[in-house]
Amino acid sequence: MALSLDPARAPALREFAYWMYRYRRTWRGTVVVNVANPLLFLAAMGVGLGRLVDRGGSDYLHGAPYLTFFAPGLLAAAAMQNAFLDSAGPVFQSARKRGNFRAAAATPMRPADIFTGHLLFTGFRILTSALAFVAVVVVTGAVPWRHCVLLLPAALLTGLAFAAPVSAWAITVTQFTRINGVFRFVLLPLYMFSGTFYSTSQLPDWLHAVVSVTPLYQGIQLCREIALGTADLPDTGVHVLYLAVMAAAGLVLGRRTYARHLYG
Amino acid sequence: MTVLTAPHTAVHHGRLRGAGNMVARNLLIYRHTWYLLLAEVFEPVLYLLSIGVGIGELVGHVPGLADTSVAYSAFVAPALLATAAMNGAMNETTFNMFAKLRLNRTYESIRATPMTAQHIALGEALWAVLRGTLITTGFLVVVSVLGLAHSAGILLVVPGAALIGFAFASVGLVVVTYLRSWQDFQFIQLAMLPMFLFATTFYPLGVYPRWLQIVVECLPLYQSIELVRQPSLGHLGAGLLVPVIYLTVLGFVSLRWAMRRIDRTLTR
Repeated sequence: MALSLDPARAPALREFAYWMYRYRRTWRGTVVVNVANPLLFLAAMGVGLGRLVDRGGSDYLHGAPYLTFFAPGLLAAAAMQNAFLDSAGPVFQSARKRGNFRAAAATPMRPADIFTGHLLFTGFRILTSALAFVAVVVVTGAVPWRHCVLLLPAALLTGLAFAAPVSAWAITVTQFTRINGVFRFVLLPLYMFSGTFYSTSQLPDWLHAVVSVTPLYQGIQLCREIALGTADLPDTGVHVLYLAVMAAAGLVLGRRTYARHLYG
Repeated sequence: MTVLTAPHTAVHHGRLRGAGNMVARNLLIYRHTWYLLLAEVFEPVLYLLSIGVGIGELVGHVPGLADTSVAYSAFVAPALLATAAMNGAMNETTFNMFAKLRLNRTYESIRATPMTAQHIALGEALWAVLRGTLITTGFLVVVSVLGLAHSAGILLVVPGAALIGFAFASVGLVVVTYLRSWQDFQFIQLAMLPMFLFATTFYPLGVYPRWLQIVVECLPLYQSIELVRQPSLGHLGAGLLVPVIYLTVLGFVSLRWAMRRIDRTLTR
């Protein structure tokens, strides 16, 4: 991923520029899905339901108000969702119906450049959505602002850990219903059971063990430890390493699947 | 049906038969994809397990309810039932109908037969009610298996779901005639998601200030949730008339409006 600003030397930036150019006309629509959606959940669950939870005074949250507990979990979950929405559908469309990936592959750009360029754009989208979310969280005072600075790279890493493997997979998909199926039967259960809404320590031990190896759990824990100020090197290091390995595996895989499907 | 019947009983029969044809057509087409219904049951079940049970443990008992023995999950389950009926019916008349109306031009072919816009609108509404009720019934089975049905009153969910489905299917029929492209669906989401989150699905009305309570009480989903939640918690009374009347009026007014809109869209 050469980040030199000269597009001739870094063709991936050309692919990135293509997506940014399209985005200039379509960004309004994405605000609804990527920004309003998590903020509405934050208001309804964090504030509304938080009143009930805080009244209950459960030990599982270690004394943190529910909003403070919930916000970083939702940030990580939203990063995952945004990563999926920006990679799965668009990659499938670009490789087939819309054909812009095939068109780009007919230029001196290599499939790996196309892959990296689109991934850069997905990263940009994850980061801007996270920025809007974190700004609201800081204003509401749910999380101290000093912790929030580190939340952004944590959300980005969580998003990329999904975006890279999902892109690598999406280019091989032949039917759009598969994408819906994965969203419904993989992403949604992850969202519901990885500790976004409640502490996974509530679960029975065996279930907690199962949940703790899922990628979203690692992302949520990373964001939550940063937000609550309980991050320490061994635990946080494991989360970062897990997510980084996943993103790197996606990168390696994607370079191969893109080459196979765009040159095939 | 009084609002819909014309003076001639012959027309009345014709309308219902026409609507029946629409339903039969849909049954014929969807018989291969019936498992999609299971997927629509799956989503509320996930919500119930995650939020109802997971957060339920954090909440303990729901404050503001007269009966303190009601667990949080028993409080949330009927709201999710109402939401499932709403989504099941409205997805059908918005997403699926949009394709038939604008992309596949299915209705233009149908209009070339003796079928009218009224037949189409009524038929699609009935079909959506059928789907919504099936989804809710499937979810009701799960709720009962999980032991969250505290009162036999929860059986009223089935006719309740049909009424909820009817109201939202008709609203969806109106909405779909105004949609220009797939991008416009985000406006539907922009209305549906806040309603889902704030219409007392996850906590009682008491957490809001009074002025906001009045706003929430006007939402169709709030009335739908009341229609299902009150009988499930064992409260059967004249209070149920409010949601019944609200949803019936909403359904019929929207249906009439939709018939005119669809007619105009197809004859333009």
